[in-house]
Amino acid sequence: MINKLVFENLKHRPVRTALSILAIGVEVTMMLTLVGLSRGMLADVARRARGVGADIVVRPPGTSLIGLSSAPMSEKMVDFLRRQPHVTHAVGSMTHPLSGVTTITGVDLREFDEISGGFKYLDGGPIRNRDEILVDNFYARQNNLRAGSTLYLLNRNWRVAGVVEEGKLARLVIPLDVLQDLTANPGRISQVWVKVDHPANVPKVIASLKEKLPGYPIYSMEELTSLISVNNVPGLKAFITVIVALAIVVGFLVVFLSMYTAVLERTREIGILKALGASPFYILDILFRETLLLALAGTLLGILFSYLTRWVIMSWAPASLTQMIVPDWWGIAGAIALAGALLGASYPGWRAARQDPIEALAYE
Amino acid sequence: MSENPIIRVRDLRKVYRVGEVEVHALRGVNLDVPRGEFLCVAGPSGSGKSTLFHILGGLLAPTSGAVFVDGHDLSRLSDSERTALRRRMVGFVFQKFNLLPTLTAADNIAIARHIAGRSLDHDPWFRQVLDLLGIADRLHHKPSKLSGGEQQRVAIARAIVNHPAILLADEPTGNLDSQNSAAVLRVLRDLNERLGQTILLITHDPVVASYAHRVVRMLDGRIVDDTG
Repeated sequence: MINKLVFENLKHRPVRTALSILAIGVEVTMMLTLVGLSRGMLADVARRARGVGADIVVRPPGTSLIGLSSAPMSEKMVDFLRRQPHVTHAVGSMTHPLSGVTTITGVDLREFDEISGGFKYLDGGPIRNRDEILVDNFYARQNNLRAGSTLYLLNRNWRVAGVVEEGKLARLVIPLDVLQDLTANPGRISQVWVKVDHPANVPKVIASLKEKLPGYPIYSMEELTSLISVNNVPGLKAFITVIVALAIVVGFLVVFLSMYTAVLERTREIGILKALGASPFYILDILFRETLLLALAGTLLGILFSYLTRWVIMSWAPASLTQMIVPDWWGIAGAIALAGALLGASYPGWRAARQDPIEALAYE
Repeated sequence: MSENPIIRVRDLRKVYRVGEVEVHALRGVNLDVPRGEFLCVAGPSGSGKSTLFHILGGLLAPTSGAVFVDGHDLSRLSDSERTALRRRMVGFVFQKFNLLPTLTAADNIAIARHIAGRSLDHDPWFRQVLDLLGIADRLHHKPSKLSGGEQQRVAIARAIVNHPAILLADEPTGNLDSQNSAAVLRVLRDLNERLGQTILLITHDPVVASYAHRVVRMLDGRIVDDTG
């Protein structure tokens, strides 16, 4: 019976109900999109690192895992690493930030081809000249580029030599020495990718390198990709927490206003129920069930919206942003939305529950 | 006075405080209502009849005095106990019908049963009531689709669906035309005569009062006349 009353109440005010569900849906979408973006972009970084085909990564001392610093390490490190036992290949790369999260990477393309097996060209071919650049298919799609197109970066025009399949090293690649010259970092690199003769020797090589290069962060590829997570990116977890807190405030305010209005509008109806002998708990039960229904519908809408945001992002900015669908967060986002909604319904519910039936029945 | 009245009121007083001013709504009311009686409380506005209605219905606590409904002393009950008493022992009929606009007539009746923790299923008595009220074929309509008379009959069905000890009706015909008023009053009289329902009806209309067995008149918070 209560469920019927709850359902009829929600049906009776379709615009308010729809707006409440929409607002909670947006709240849930905010959470799911943010978490999905964080994870998606980190997973993308990890996937491109794995795509290099190296077994070990050596980074400069004092750098963070997802550093965008350009070239703090000497290129001589590559030769040093190549000479180590069991090491078959070592290739240095330099990453230079452009704008936002976009970076350009310089690498010795011949050595990179040896370690990685080379890029897969979807259009065009390898770089032949110093003013040529490789872009991956996501970047090409986002910027409407193809082989032969001109691209303006780092204060100069580049000719797109080839469009390569994404998932390997970087979205924008130029020769290492060109990037070093353009950024005034001759002989400097950001990291070294190392390949060893047999996977079983990776721990042995890492142990040896750590001994010889104290202070250098040295990771196996498995370790590197597992460390590329929300918890290990400075500030990201705090950022997510802030957004989630904002989402809770939004949900709280929306439901608070919605329920407050509902209680005011239904003053007389609440008075009727109280005259019939409904306890304060019965009144609260009705309002909380309405809230629960709004939160559930809002959560479902938010989940659907997160697919929509992913589609929009992948259609408009596949190179800049990558959003994952995060089913493990559906329950969390739903619970957070519900908590905010119940919090928002608490004061109106309390007001309704303690309403004087005589005053309520006299309410026009 | 009867030996076992279903309503017994002794020296009932109610004082409202409006700012610094005390308003004496009831000034020592004494009243006995035998089981099965159809009693009308008449009087002008401000005579205290609505306050008496609210106290007898457990909607309001008295300032002093004793009120017994079916042996329960209302003056000693807490808010939650008065709520429980309304659920089990009192049925209300209001001037403005007070049906829930989002529910059908059937659900408006059913919710009173639900609040009392009962189900409408397998209650042959209720079918008899619906026939008596003549609303059996209007049960699936929402209040906005019912006439005033039909709404009031649904409200009466809701009021008696839990077999209350007393049915309190506050100006039940105040919003109805004369034809519907007569129909509603006939229904109340039938309920009283055929089902033995105790009814206390409040009105200022002498025509309405003529349907009752007994009329008490109130003025300035006191009973000034009792035809019984």
